[in-house]
Amino acid sequence: MAVHHGRGFACINYPIGMNLGGDPSQALVHSTPDGKFMVTLSSIDLGQGMKSVTRQIASETLGVPVEDVYVDTADSDTGPHCMGSFASRGTHRVGNAVIRAATEARQQLLEAAAEELEVSAADLDTDGAGNIHVKGAPGRSITVADTAIAAQFKQGRTLSGRGIFLIPPSEADPDTGEMTPVSCFAHAALVVDLEVDDETGVVEVKEINSAYEVGRALNPKLVEQQLIGGAWMGVSHALYETTEPYYPDREHGPQDFNHYLMPGPAEVVTHNIAVLERPAEDAPYGGKGPGEMCANPVLPAIANAVYNAVGVRCDTLPITPEKILRGLRENGGAKPQGRR
Amino acid sequence: MEKTALNFTLNGAETGVFVDAGANLLDVLRRGVGDQTPKYGCGQGSCGACSVLIDGELHLSCLTLAETVAGKSVETTAGLAGGPELHALQKAFIDGFAAQCGYCTPGMLMAARALLDSNPNPSRDDVAEAISGNICRCTGYEPIIDAILAAASGSGRRFG
Repeated sequence: MAVHHGRGFACINYPIGMNLGGDPSQALVHSTPDGKFMVTLSSIDLGQGMKSVTRQIASETLGVPVEDVYVDTADSDTGPHCMGSFASRGTHRVGNAVIRAATEARQQLLEAAAEELEVSAADLDTDGAGNIHVKGAPGRSITVADTAIAAQFKQGRTLSGRGIFLIPPSEADPDTGEMTPVSCFAHAALVVDLEVDDETGVVEVKEINSAYEVGRALNPKLVEQQLIGGAWMGVSHALYETTEPYYPDREHGPQDFNHYLMPGPAEVVTHNIAVLERPAEDAPYGGKGPGEMCANPVLPAIANAVYNAVGVRCDTLPITPEKILRGLRENGGAKPQGRR
Repeated sequence: MEKTALNFTLNGAETGVFVDAGANLLDVLRRGVGDQTPKYGCGQGSCGACSVLIDGELHLSCLTLAETVAGKSVETTAGLAGGPELHALQKAFIDGFAAQCGYCTPGMLMAARALLDSNPNPSRDDVAEAISGNICRCTGYEPIIDAILAAASGSGRRFG
């Protein structure tokens, strides 16, 4: 009886968003009377950072400080339409919609400022610090706040913008079946080192090393946060989580947190991450978003590492001690595959 | 159903509320008093989202009979900050990106507070054990453990 070390590798080519009958998201941007900007979305922030990233994108596009941008994702009854926060689509689809809405609002902002400064809007630029100035003449300027006040109380105009980003429906070619359901892919490669106890069948993940290519990391700390948490969930899916019944029948399956297995804070795995930034052409400022891909490659890498450690090929999840022990018995014991 | 008066201290303030016989502390805090920082997760003591301190000790408020806190001191996440000044743990959680959806965060903060009150210089294993009764679905625990260690070492604040 022994503990066997195993190493497994997996890589992933991951589509951003989906395409059944088209994949749209909308955004609306408007200024308040004091020159702050509100981004209205129906895209829900589940903790993945939708509000932070769309706020950054709106700030960048409008040319105003990020502190002056607010994101409201409150209500799909009253907000503009969004397909939803799933399929790793949020940053890409919603971010693009926000860029379009903010671009229109920026144009109106510059036109209102142009009227106050008695210049052409094409000659104006923002400094990102709350001011609008004549290009090449920073002294000739007006604040965003004063522009908003003038627009709404004097000029009688709104500073607002509408944006939609749509990946249109992709029909299958009748001859070849070929279609283009996705415009943007993210990528990752991941190595798992683990130990398998051939007496108990217990797997202990020792270390994860990964490289993720997610376009530009629009908010590097949020990307890292998602990658760490997502990989943990991948470990959990691979080794622990199931709603399938225990013995003797389904009545004995897990029905609450007491019986639903998940790794806890004592099972934290060292995870070294390299984020490769390769901005995508059709993505907002190049950012694709990590999304579900954080968890996915962990599962096949663990399955491969278990095979590498003891020669048991598990093709159903989770890879429980029972499955490993049954495999070991079938094989007549552990068959370490060794390093290649 | 007849209600009885319950008096206790909540985050340092004298608090009185009428409670149903057999009411649990979590319901009384959230619905009776209006402190919604303790969260309802599982209602059976498995997830830790409802964690509060009673006379300085960590308890699961969903499993605590409300009437048992009569005359005692109850502390929740709502009392962590001192006015506008955040608690070192709150700063460390923010700086260390130790929350995603945030649902487990109040329970994590109370478990961490209980730990640091009794052990100001915990090891990594001490921290893991202290939050082992708290389930987090988003973070993978590592950022939370790092944040608690940062708060303990006084290195929690990087800006602001």
